[in-house]
Amino acid sequence: MSVNYDELTNQEYKYGFVTNIEQDIAPRGLNEDIIRLISSKKNEPEWMLEWRLKGYRHWCTMKEPKWHNVHYPPIDYNNISYYAAPKKKPESLDEVDPELLKTYEKLGIPLNEQKMLAGVAVDAVFDSVSLITTFKDKLAELGIIFCSFSEAVLEHPELVKKYLGFVVPYTDNFFASLNSAVFSDGSFVYVPKGVRCPMELSTYFRINAENTGQFERTLIIADEGSYVSYLEGCTAPKRDESQLHAAVVELITHDNATIKYSTIQNWYPGDKDGHGGIYNFVTKRGRCLGRNSHISWTQVETGSAITWKYPGCILEGDGSVGEFYSVALTNNRQQADTGTKMIHVGKNTRSNIVSKGISAGFGQNTYRGLVQIHKSADGARNYTQCDSLLIGDKCGAHTFPYIEVKNSSAQMEHEASTSKIGEDQLFYLKQRGLSAEDAVSMIVNGFCKKVISELPFEFAIEAERLLSISLEGSVG
Amino acid sequence: MLKKPMLEIRNLHVKVNDQEILTGVDLIVNAGEVHSIMGPNGSGKSTLAQVLAGRDTYEVTEGEIIYQGKNLLEIKPEERACMGIFMAFQYPVEILGVTNTYLLRTALNAQRKFRGLEPMKPVEFAKLLKEKAKVVQMSDDLLQRSVNEGFSGGEKKRNEIFQMAVLEPTLAILDETDSGLDIDALKIVANGVNAMRGKERAFIVITHYQRVLNYIITDYVHVLVDGRIVKSGGKELALELESKGYTWVEEEDRTAIPANA
Repeated sequence: MSVNYDELTNQEYKYGFVTNIEQDIAPRGLNEDIIRLISSKKNEPEWMLEWRLKGYRHWCTMKEPKWHNVHYPPIDYNNISYYAAPKKKPESLDEVDPELLKTYEKLGIPLNEQKMLAGVAVDAVFDSVSLITTFKDKLAELGIIFCSFSEAVLEHPELVKKYLGFVVPYTDNFFASLNSAVFSDGSFVYVPKGVRCPMELSTYFRINAENTGQFERTLIIADEGSYVSYLEGCTAPKRDESQLHAAVVELITHDNATIKYSTIQNWYPGDKDGHGGIYNFVTKRGRCLGRNSHISWTQVETGSAITWKYPGCILEGDGSVGEFYSVALTNNRQQADTGTKMIHVGKNTRSNIVSKGISAGFGQNTYRGLVQIHKSADGARNYTQCDSLLIGDKCGAHTFPYIEVKNSSAQMEHEASTSKIGEDQLFYLKQRGLSAEDAVSMIVNGFCKKVISELPFEFAIEAERLLSISLEGSVG
Repeated sequence: MLKKPMLEIRNLHVKVNDQEILTGVDLIVNAGEVHSIMGPNGSGKSTLAQVLAGRDTYEVTEGEIIYQGKNLLEIKPEERACMGIFMAFQYPVEILGVTNTYLLRTALNAQRKFRGLEPMKPVEFAKLLKEKAKVVQMSDDLLQRSVNEGFSGGEKKRNEIFQMAVLEPTLAILDETDSGLDIDALKIVANGVNAMRGKERAFIVITHYQRVLNYIITDYVHVLVDGRIVKSGGKELALELESKGYTWVEEEDRTAIPANA
């Protein structure tokens, strides 16, 4: 399918609108009362509240990390509201506020099942709550649970109790602990033994309210021999003040199970001079528990003022496979410090890393990756490819690959490159009739092809479109 | 009534990094004609090609270029391409992850849009590609590979001619397309050009060697020395150059200066 670049090159961030809707917003500030308030809003059982409070108490003992290669003014955690929700919680699609339905239509995510992309089920998260989850009944027939996290706490407590914090404990890191205390909503997926999920599952995260943070939590469990492909998308309105988004995602695969997790992250990036934009501080990790299990992360990161995330895999089961395919684009004043962690524990485990960083304007892009081969991981293999593309002469690309090998049978490969979009390439394409913007889009999309091709088809097109828009104005 | 020329270059002076490369080029090209521009290394042949295509590293200090009645120097490179100017590059670049086919379809549709035409239907485009690929003996494999990635020198040049065949320009400029080609590749390239000759189309073939003119049927030969055309003639001029070398025209030019003055 071809992309109509002309239509694209004249637009800025097009998801920057605000939905006017009656909101239920918690007062600003963070303390145990706020956590109790969030928990009671969600009618949570006592054990859930206790877990949150443990997270909060631990967080109070921690300091914000400073080791990353990004710069931002100090965050006042007491000046953020930790809960915002539309006042009416709908029981079915008919009851969803028409304003909200319109919002999702505008975002290109119609929630009406007849209008949706065939084969994609959506969980729509608006600020702190999930609005609606489509195709739930159809999936339930196969025993697949796909619902909001809040619902899972109430309906499937045994699963949540067993797996919550199983991959990312509430003590994991500063932002993960914060999330454990105040997490609002997110998606929950359980795919039972031997079931191949017949449709793409996706969550669409939308930040709408002002001065709030979004702290979602997603948990996906793939039981023996099952398969699921999951995709998340994110947008937020244009605002002058930065907003915090600190999510946690946990994935678990049992024997011979596969989870494919894709992200198209398009939070508001801030304006040209770096005012506003989302701080995207996210902890994502998967545990390949079972033999020959497989977790694959694909991410296209074009939004956010600051992106700070390292989706990783702990490869425990023998023969398990972890993959990480990433495109991170920083334009204007955006900063990204992103990469992956691959922890090889089981025998004959394999990991594959392909990272493509693109910097334009004053953008700063850092790849940070850890590949760790434990003593027990006989025959482990890793392949890492890490490429950076620079557009203009005021941006930067940085690479910090860490490799720790404690087993001499490991095979490690690392390739890295840095290149600049050349005048020669641009002129060549212009000479064939392409505008400067189209020429840059074409070069960038070519550069990212290996990653984009890992996305489900519909989303691959969306991702290419996003890359083009995000580079708007990066060439003179 | 006299038809207006397709391209008129008048007293063109061009500088690169403060050094004057072209020092007053005059050239008139009419539709249907093939002009060959020969000259020693460093005489400004490629500069002329690049300036026609709109490369901004060259500074035009004097003179004008009129193409289809318009002042070409005020037009952006991509618009020139859309107006039918094509340049076959001397050193075609590689573009990773972009297939030849995708580049050509995007380029063709950008040009069609400029001319107020609808994008070409995929089926029609596939047919066009197949037909043109035959002319320059491009394999399917080369069409699906990234633009020029891992192509041999000869394949890259053939690819330029293939792109020209698909885009069907009005004015095609071949910048030393023949250099580095073996005799078989040279014949394929020349056949591609010959097959495209037509009443509405003109060619400027830039070359260092006379050899390619054994295969491309040329109407005029111009000799560029020190940034200007010092001698023009028919095809026989190329043969004369081959036997006598460029020093011959250079000397003739030097002695001719007082007569012209």
